[in-house]
Amino acid sequence: MALDGPKTSGFTAVGTTPNRPDGLDKVTGRAKFGADAQAPGMLHAAIVRSPHAHARIVSIDTSKAEALKGVKTVVTRADFTTGLKGENWNILENVMAGDTALYDGHAVAAVAAISPLIARDAIKLVEVEYQVLPHVTNVDAAMAQDAPIIREGAANKSVPAGLHPNVVRYHESGHGDVDKGFAAADLVIEDHFTTEATHQGYIEPHACLAQLGGDGKGELWCCTQGHWNVQKICAALVGIETSQLRVTASEIGGGFGGKTVVFIEPVALALSRKANRPVKLVMNRSEVFRASGPTSSTSMDVKIGMKNDGTITAASGTFRLQGGAFPGAPMEFTAMCAFAPYALENVRQVGYDVMTNRPKQAAYRAPGSPMAAFAVESVIDELCKELGLDPIQTRLKNASHEGTKASFGPKFDKIGLVETLEAAKAHPHFTAPLGENQGRGVSCGFWFNHSGETSVTLALSEDGSAQIVVGTPDIGGSRASMALMAAEELGIPYENIRCTIADTASLGYNEVSHGSRVTYASGLATIAAARDAVKRLCGRAAAKWGIDEEAVVWEDGCAKPSGPNAGDFDPLPLAEITRTMGATGGPINGHFEATPEGAGVSFATHIVDAEVDPETGKTSIVRYTVVQDAGKAIHPAYVEGQFQGGAAQGIGWALNEEYIYGEDGRLQNDLFLDYRIPVASDLPMIDTVIVEVPNPGHPYGVRGVGETSICPPLAAIANAVSAAAGVRLHDLPMSPPRIRAALDAQKDG
Amino acid sequence: MDYHIATSFDDAIAVASKAQGITRFLAGGTDVLVQLRADIVTPDTLIDIKHIEGVKDISRESDGSWRIGIAVAGAEMTEHAALMADWPGVVEAMDLVGSTQVQGRATLTGNLCNGSPAADSVPAMVAAAMSATVAGPNGTRQVAVKDIPTGPGRSSLAKGELITALHIPARGTSSGDAYLRFIPRTEMDIAVVGCAVNLTLDGDTITSARVVLGAVAPTILLVQEAANAIIGTSLDEAALTALATAASAACNPINDKRGTIEFRTHVAGVLAKRSAKIAYERALANTGNSA
Ligand SMILES: Cc1cc2nc3c(=O)[nH]c(=O)nc-3n(C[C@H](O)[C@H](O)[C@H](O)COP(=O)(O)OP(=O)(O)OC[C@H]3O[C@@H](n4cnc5c(N)ncnc54)[C@H](O)[C@@H]3O)c2cc1C
Repeated sequence: MALDGPKTSGFTAVGTTPNRPDGLDKVTGRAKFGADAQAPGMLHAAIVRSPHAHARIVSIDTSKAEALKGVKTVVTRADFTTGLKGENWNILENVMAGDTALYDGHAVAAVAAISPLIARDAIKLVEVEYQVLPHVTNVDAAMAQDAPIIREGAANKSVPAGLHPNVVRYHESGHGDVDKGFAAADLVIEDHFTTEATHQGYIEPHACLAQLGGDGKGELWCCTQGHWNVQKICAALVGIETSQLRVTASEIGGGFGGKTVVFIEPVALALSRKANRPVKLVMNRSEVFRASGPTSSTSMDVKIGMKNDGTITAASGTFRLQGGAFPGAPMEFTAMCAFAPYALENVRQVGYDVMTNRPKQAAYRAPGSPMAAFAVESVIDELCKELGLDPIQTRLKNASHEGTKASFGPKFDKIGLVETLEAAKAHPHFTAPLGENQGRGVSCGFWFNHSGETSVTLALSEDGSAQIVVGTPDIGGSRASMALMAAEELGIPYENIRCTIADTASLGYNEVSHGSRVTYASGLATIAAARDAVKRLCGRAAAKWGIDEEAVVWEDGCAKPSGPNAGDFDPLPLAEITRTMGATGGPINGHFEATPEGAGVSFATHIVDAEVDPETGKTSIVRYTVVQDAGKAIHPAYVEGQFQGGAAQGIGWALNEEYIYGEDGRLQNDLFLDYRIPVASDLPMIDTVIVEVPNPGHPYGVRGVGETSICPPLAAIANAVSAAAGVRLHDLPMSPPRIRAALDAQKDG
Repeated sequence: MDYHIATSFDDAIAVASKAQGITRFLAGGTDVLVQLRADIVTPDTLIDIKHIEGVKDISRESDGSWRIGIAVAGAEMTEHAALMADWPGVVEAMDLVGSTQVQGRATLTGNLCNGSPAADSVPAMVAAAMSATVAGPNGTRQVAVKDIPTGPGRSSLAKGELITALHIPARGTSSGDAYLRFIPRTEMDIAVVGCAVNLTLDGDTITSARVVLGAVAPTILLVQEAANAIIGTSLDEAALTALATAASAACNPINDKRGTIEFRTHVAGVLAKRSAKIAYERALANTGNSA
């Protein structure tokens, strides 16, 4: 759609904070999540999973399981399509192992029975003979000469010769001459950092109900961030036509990127086809940890040169990410985001995508970026400390702004990094006194944001109310934001608008709810669809008044003559026009379908105070402030929620969350007891400042806000903890034993 | 699985004595049911003992000692003002177990008999020198709480035996107890190290003490050397340092996902000092007038 620059003032609905339309359902238990789907005659499924990190599957004997009373069918890889290529092959291989189990928890067979308990008993009767193979779970170990090979020939052409076959993709970018830049620096610091894999930790486990008949027509209800994607992949994996599978997305109990992919849906479909009954499949928490998609673990080296006045002269980084037993670790994002906040003459970044015997990684909120910020912003903090410089002033001195050639190539359009730094500097938090054993950390963070294929339909009712049909599952209150934007355009109250997430048979294609794209792209589409409907409303008024359509304007929910020359008619309210629409030309709807261009990038600056108990190494986060550019906050309370959520997940990642593998390559902490996400009492009230530097690519200036909020926390917290403890922490999580060990090493050294 | 609601302890003993395979008693069920669902332990016989008369009572005996019924939930102990005033360490240790929801069910007896070396209330119970009445097919006996757990998941109770009541000695004056645990978060976690201290003063001098460590060995440790380090002192810096050294020296922990040997050993000393200070303050404040 053509934009004459974003609307920046005169909003009536946008910027208010009404209750979300799904709120009452959620607090009363009425909302239907993935596991709430039911169908007559439904069976319950369970999955047999590999207890080995790496093992050849010699044989699978399902006869005892099939003989158990109540068991209706068993599937193995033989029940799926053959001949798939590329990413579809990878997904199938992950969904159901072929001849090799590639990680602890890898699915090898599945059972459908008349009750969940029988299904659970039956999977113990499936006899799998394994030949255990050597395994590797650590990224550096997987790149070493003698590492076991996960899969020969998995690397693509980007990988330079001489690297281990586990290195499957390579990225290199930058500009200038870093050697010259380092030579011009007064101080160069180079350091090594690691982060462990973390899980998105959504509270709702993966769940679906599938029905697939011998006629090749199917229905699937599931908990997902994107059901058109599920439709496409599942149809390919079970070998039916895409349009023959209707997929409906349930309410979603968290996704954070981890529900942009499929794990159990094709299995449920295959079971359903074989049993000729609907099949429900729900993961338990242990399965979620072992066999869905956590984020990558990393090993990183970052080198930055600085002048005594704080000017960065050069920066380089090497980022190694393991993404489990398949290609896809988001190392190019890590590399590209690493130095994005800074206007650099000389910058170079390298990324390695490495396979290991771990579950296939999935997106986790700004995939790859938080780790990069951890390494880069830690080194900047060290440089500031060594040179006696103010952390915010130094970042301001080097900050990217409109026109800067980004470290990853293109020139930045209008961006708000400087504004977030200025707001952080002015915030009382930045200058508040610190207590004993407390330290303060600051960090910036960057995320690209995404737009993607989008379809929206808006339909007006006779009584003047409106319904919006979107195809992006609501993972953060987006139905409220859509209704606010439609209310703004139509000039009718928020309460008179209902926003529904359509199934795949009821609307055109929509990309997944990811990349912080929904309020941007579905929002833009909603505005465009509303403007489309408004055009028709004006047309009806013009016809009634007998004037040109161009002579009618839409203001305050009414059609009005555009000026005195257009004629003298009373304003015609929306409900007046819709009341008679059947007789004046038929239903009035608005549509929009396109891939919008112009998802504005977003920056944030976080300030954290941490207190470290030197005797036990335990960290408490005592104060936290998020400052982020939202472009335009459509529903400010939900924008704040995104800011706080990113910070909360960052606190978990920084302090205690980690995938812990034993010598045997098995995951040791596959329950929330030992996989420590923060509990409510671990968190301070997270303060927020919404900066609004409008995105020129959205009619109201919206930038996505869901992901940038998790980019700065790892670094900001590491800087705070390092200041509080008096020793630099290079490895996440900064768990109490790690902090104690660092303190001891400092004392001894 | 056979599920039986016991109407009396004799009934429970009779069923348990005859049962084949794995038997579990159902008190709060916050271990039993979780282990069942997670496929860790599927009992053949489950005997519900919550409905026996008197099992939910907390009572003070004529000698000042306390009797705690075997189905008393943690939350009921926390809300019992007089018990809290006498034995804040025991009550606080039980209060650390789980969340509000778990507190409505979880019991001291269950925490003890589940046999986890990291169980929170057990160090405090041992520091308090608590005992249990154990009844079985061969009659009834009194057993020190300390002698009930024999290793992870194991206890000294024989087939058919169960605990019918727990007893806390009379508090007496100039004495106090405390329990602290280390967890990486603020709640909903399992002790990486736990330490309970119970002590008695004469003036400001410690005349007797019990120092107990949890989660640093296969069973709870009652550390006499640690007690010796503070008996006869007024808990000055030198005594505290000696206490920490003795507590750390007694540790025999493992390296696991929850903590390293070095970390647990060090933190045991830190918690011993901190718990001793709290117990000492409580003992100074305990002039015997509160009851
Ligand atoms: C979410 C959650 C958090 C938790 N947090 C903690 C924590 O922080 N610290 C901690 O220590 N524990 C924790 N636990 C474990 C558990 O809550 C405690 O161990 C609790 O005290 C067990 O008591 P119960 O009454 O529920 O025992 P039950 O589950 O009923 O029984 C436990 C065991 O004791 C046996 N038993 C019960 N009564 C008797 C009896 N009278 N005689 C003989 N044997 C008996 C049973 O056979 C069984 O083996 C947690 C559990 C959950 C689910």
